[in-house]
Amino acid sequence: MGTTRMFGPRRVDKSLVQRLLGLNWGIVFLNILIACVGFAILYSVAGGEWDPWASTQAVRFGGAFVLMLVIAVIDIRYWMAFAYPAWGIGIALLVLVEVMGAVGMGGQRWLDIGFMRIQPSELMKIAVVLALARYFHGRNYSQSRSLRSLVIPLVLIFLPVALVVIQPDLGTGIMIIAGGAAVIFLAGLPSWLFVVCFLGVAAAVPVGWQFLRDYQKDRVLTFLNPESDPLGAGYQITQSKIALGSGGMTGKGFLEGTQSQLNFLPEMKTDFIFTVLAEEFGLVGAVSVLALYGIVLTYGLLIGIGCRNQFGRLLAAGLSISLFLYVFINVAMVMGLMPVVGVPLPMISYGGSAMLTWMIAYGLILSVATHRHVTLAPKGSGLG
Amino acid sequence: MAREGLRYQTFSRRALLLAGAQGLALTALGGRLYYLSIIEGDKYKLRADRNRISIRWIVPERGEIFDRLGKTLAVNRQDFRVFLIPEQARDLAGTLARLGRVIKLDERRLSRVQRQIKRQRKFMPVTIAQGLDWKTFAEVNVDMPDLPGVVTDSGLSRFYPHGNEIAHLIGYMASPQEDEMPGSPLFQLPGFKVGRQGLERRYEDSLRGTAGTRRVEVNAVGREIRELPPRQDAVSGNSLHLAIDLDLQQFVMQRLGEEAAGAVVMDVKTGEILTLASTPSFDPNEFTNGISQENWQALLQDPRKPLINKAVAGLYPPGSTFKPIVAMAALEAGVVKPETEHYCNGALPFGDHTFHCWQKRGHGKLDLLGALSKSCDIYFYKVAQELDIDRIADMARRFGVGDVFDIGVDGEKEGLVPDREWKRRTQRDIWHAGETLNVSIGQGALLMTPLQLAVMTARLASGYSVWPSLVRSADGQDAAPNAFLPMDVNPLYMQLARRGMEMVMEVGGTAHDYRRRKSAATQAGKTGTAQVRRITKAERQTGVIDNKELPWAQRDHALFIGYTPTEKPEIAVSILVQHGGGGSSTAAPIGRAIMDKALELRESRAAAEAASKAAAMQATVQEGQD
Repeated sequence: MGTTRMFGPRRVDKSLVQRLLGLNWGIVFLNILIACVGFAILYSVAGGEWDPWASTQAVRFGGAFVLMLVIAVIDIRYWMAFAYPAWGIGIALLVLVEVMGAVGMGGQRWLDIGFMRIQPSELMKIAVVLALARYFHGRNYSQSRSLRSLVIPLVLIFLPVALVVIQPDLGTGIMIIAGGAAVIFLAGLPSWLFVVCFLGVAAAVPVGWQFLRDYQKDRVLTFLNPESDPLGAGYQITQSKIALGSGGMTGKGFLEGTQSQLNFLPEMKTDFIFTVLAEEFGLVGAVSVLALYGIVLTYGLLIGIGCRNQFGRLLAAGLSISLFLYVFINVAMVMGLMPVVGVPLPMISYGGSAMLTWMIAYGLILSVATHRHVTLAPKGSGLG
Repeated sequence: MAREGLRYQTFSRRALLLAGAQGLALTALGGRLYYLSIIEGDKYKLRADRNRISIRWIVPERGEIFDRLGKTLAVNRQDFRVFLIPEQARDLAGTLARLGRVIKLDERRLSRVQRQIKRQRKFMPVTIAQGLDWKTFAEVNVDMPDLPGVVTDSGLSRFYPHGNEIAHLIGYMASPQEDEMPGSPLFQLPGFKVGRQGLERRYEDSLRGTAGTRRVEVNAVGREIRELPPRQDAVSGNSLHLAIDLDLQQFVMQRLGEEAAGAVVMDVKTGEILTLASTPSFDPNEFTNGISQENWQALLQDPRKPLINKAVAGLYPPGSTFKPIVAMAALEAGVVKPETEHYCNGALPFGDHTFHCWQKRGHGKLDLLGALSKSCDIYFYKVAQELDIDRIADMARRFGVGDVFDIGVDGEKEGLVPDREWKRRTQRDIWHAGETLNVSIGQGALLMTPLQLAVMTARLASGYSVWPSLVRSADGQDAAPNAFLPMDVNPLYMQLARRGMEMVMEVGGTAHDYRRRKSAATQAGKTGTAQVRRITKAERQTGVIDNKELPWAQRDHALFIGYTPTEKPEIAVSILVQHGGGGSSTAAPIGRAIMDKALELRESRAAAEAASKAAAMQATVQEGQD
């Protein structure tokens, strides 16, 4: 197993410019498009003004875009080498937030690093996928299928989940579990295991109910019957459904949404931004945006399938699935198909964290695409 | 490598599976969206409109009330009000305290506000103050940013420029009560008032007008963003024109002064009520913004009953003012002829009881006219011994005694005309002859209102069944001109009764005034003094106690009825002064003065009208020449 074999005939060893030009610009373009949809809706939410939200969001997107390109051009081997450390840093930050939260104000989920706030739990979504991809890259087919291979992944998943859930941020916790489970599933663990797990979770729901906090219980109850308290907890979902439904086929027109412009909608610029979109652009606009997400996310999965190393495959596909969950949970939530769990619509909702997660993930997916022909040693990154 | 291949195959298969699942999930979201926006779209469109479109009511201007000459009795005045919407006030106590620095809010007002806040739904405005002056109102508006939930508003509120003098007939305005709430959407508006008493209540529907509506787009906190056409303007209420003559009404109220009294002045021919007075009175303006508890209690506890409209709701024995009716009944029954004479020695034993004349020493020999003019009781007792009570009752009813005329004010009473049937029905007893004697001098169970006295007088004076009316035009329509049937009484009998009443005012009559100018219009009248207590035999012997020495509530009622001029009667009056003492000493002077004033006003107006007509003619002629 010499270096020649590791860095085979197709080794990537190009200049920075070449590597930039070699990026998958289709994905880059789709992401810019989605971000622009976000700017437009934030412009509308502000009543036809760039300030304060659309402009800020554009600046954030600029920063995140550069970060995505930087991540994309970095060799995949560095990312593989960085997988476990990234996970470790994520855990450290989560602990730090927890300690600071205990010292300062309660319930703090973010770290202020001057120009923006970082939510370690957001970064953890990526770090867990990275670490799991790294782990299963080193397991061959039969190793991947053995139950013993589950021990470390469960630690990789549930340690951060535990830290996130005590914040408390159940939504992110569930998303980390789901993202992790996707990687394990893709790595090849027997299918029956997932069936058993699913049944187990279903059976545990009544027990878990008792551990939920009151506000979490309220959200679930409201979800089950939003009309029970139309002015209180059910207000959000009721108004959201009215906005979605009243948009009709082509919507009320840009800047013409009554539910949004007259402030009947809650949390318009963040969690419920999809509602504004649907109200003003109707079924056509909303389905178009869903399709846009569908294309860019499926693209990510296909990049995974097209990759020749297991790390890249699991990374690209795992991240795509995680991001998909992000989008799905938000949209299902505003449509009244899921409890209101406070998950933003990444790239469109106002706020930096979700956008950052999304752009970092796509940076990694782009890196996988660029380095799809690289073969990686089962152990270590080969960077020695 | 085979192993790598297997791993890859598994991955690809599962990745495609997940891609498919993603596609399905997104399709499901799209389907849900389709369901919400297309299948149920109309429902949600409606709900979105219901969210944003709010119907606001436009308060119509209430119809004004005028007297017969167009003088205003009830108008609408700009009024500045302050409300509080509890839901929007973050710190209720703090906001009220801050408001208290600008508006005077005493304990009672505050506790009323607190009570209302508790009772109402949180988004309903509670009235804090109304009738504010401009300066205070401006100060509140300046402080608005620091007073969340406080809303100011200027609207029209009712004002009575001559409140005290017309309170009993106009009534007053007040907030609608709970049971009236479904009446009109306007009733839900803060500060909206409805007629609570009198004509304001009777003509409420006509005066109120029709609410207009505007559709406005509101945002989530209810702030108006813009108005959406079409707007439906409010239709102002109809104005109400009364038969009342404000000048005369004021004159009468002044004459009655502080007495507990009622007076009615009627146009003999048309039945129009020129004056409907009741004293003491109250200020209806106090009610518009809610009368204070103190003032309300004072009104309730006043023994002179300011809230009662004595002209229509006060029941009194008519006393001797009833004698013309008895005289006519006796003539009709053939019990007396005009020349029939009886002797009065001051007392008449009847059964085991002795009936006394008000003139202790007696009137001597009298005929019917003499008995009327001197108001001799013995003469009528003697007539009554032969006269059936039912004949008196029948005559009285023809003159409107016992009728409710429904002129539009509150509490009109029908009074009581006793007869055999009534006695049997209410007391399960037969009629005793002694009771007829009591009724013959207007005492006993007989009870009348001053309005009935006036109608009785007008019918006697005119010979027509005059029906009283208070309203000249309402609902935008003039009242139909009155056409009355002649009285179903022999005109000769009525003429005799009228002659008797003329003699009352002449030398020797009970209401003769030796100071009266010769030139003044001729008047006819009848005094009455109604006893409200029983005079015992013992008291008769020691001498009947003079009214002035009795406590107020035991003094006699003083009554007077009259009409003028005698040759061609135009004006009829009735006066009642509760516990006022003698009819000739207390009520007659007032009656005479009122009749003179009424005629004087009538003449000066006719003259003014003629003058203006002449001037108009002149103008027309000149125009023609130009």
